Amino acid sequence: MSDNRPAMHTALYAVTTDTLHLETLISAVTSMPDAPLDTVGPGGITSFVGIVRNENAGRRVLRLEYEGYEPLALRVFERIGAETADRWDVRVALHHRLGTLQIGEASVMIAAASPHRADAFAACRYIIERVKQIVPIWKHEFFEGGDVWIEGATADPDDDAARQDALRVATGE
Amino acid sequence: MNEPVSSIRINVRLFARLKDIVGTGELARQAPTRATARTVWDTLVSEFAELRDYEASISVAVNEEYSRMDAPVADGDEVAFLPPVSGG
Repeated sequence: MSDNRPAMHTALYAVTTDTLHLETLISAVTSMPDAPLDTVGPGGITSFVGIVRNENAGRRVLRLEYEGYEPLALRVFERIGAETADRWDVRVALHHRLGTLQIGEASVMIAAASPHRADAFAACRYIIERVKQIVPIWKHEFFEGGDVWIEGATADPDDDAARQDALRVATGE
Repeated sequence: MNEPVSSIRINVRLFARLKDIVGTGELARQAPTRATARTVWDTLVSEFAELRDYEASISVAVNEEYSRMDAPVADGDEVAFLPPVSGG
């Protein structure tokens, strides 16, 4: 890894209108400049890339416009990262895009590095479930014949039932 | 001695469809001292009746942290009302 990358390129958490790059997240989760020398390093990385689908609820989707409450979204990313680190031995990165996205473009990327693959897979799945539950970002869907704001979950980070749902999905238990 | 403040100024942030209903994502409103986030919401609903549809489904954030509708708000606070989220 080159040492002259700008710091923003190794941010664990980001909300941006720029194109997302998975390599950036992988760099972020594998570089541990402050780790003690005896830290066990990663043995595997899992990733999730969410992309804009051309269909939703029977509608032919033309594009999505993502809006977000950026400062709160970043704090929620950190919260989700802390929840994940409490449960699994992982280092995670989460980047979400805002603005206008065409079909096939990446809207969200997650990377999870762990000494053990089971932790990396579970953490990655947990994070995308929590993103959908509590991150203050919204899709404005433009489809053939109209447009609609997509409204999913009422965001409540303290809702333990929702968190348990995400854990169950992540662990397959 | 300062005069007792009889009202406070709240900076309101709205997102997604709430922003469309009101026509702007940022506005300021006066509220009585000892107001809560709910007081501010009720003020908006009295102006924009369509917001009432969101009564049971909104979340609220005060100064960029998730909060509760019964949380007190203070002069200069930023109070954000969030419709159900759909990131990912």
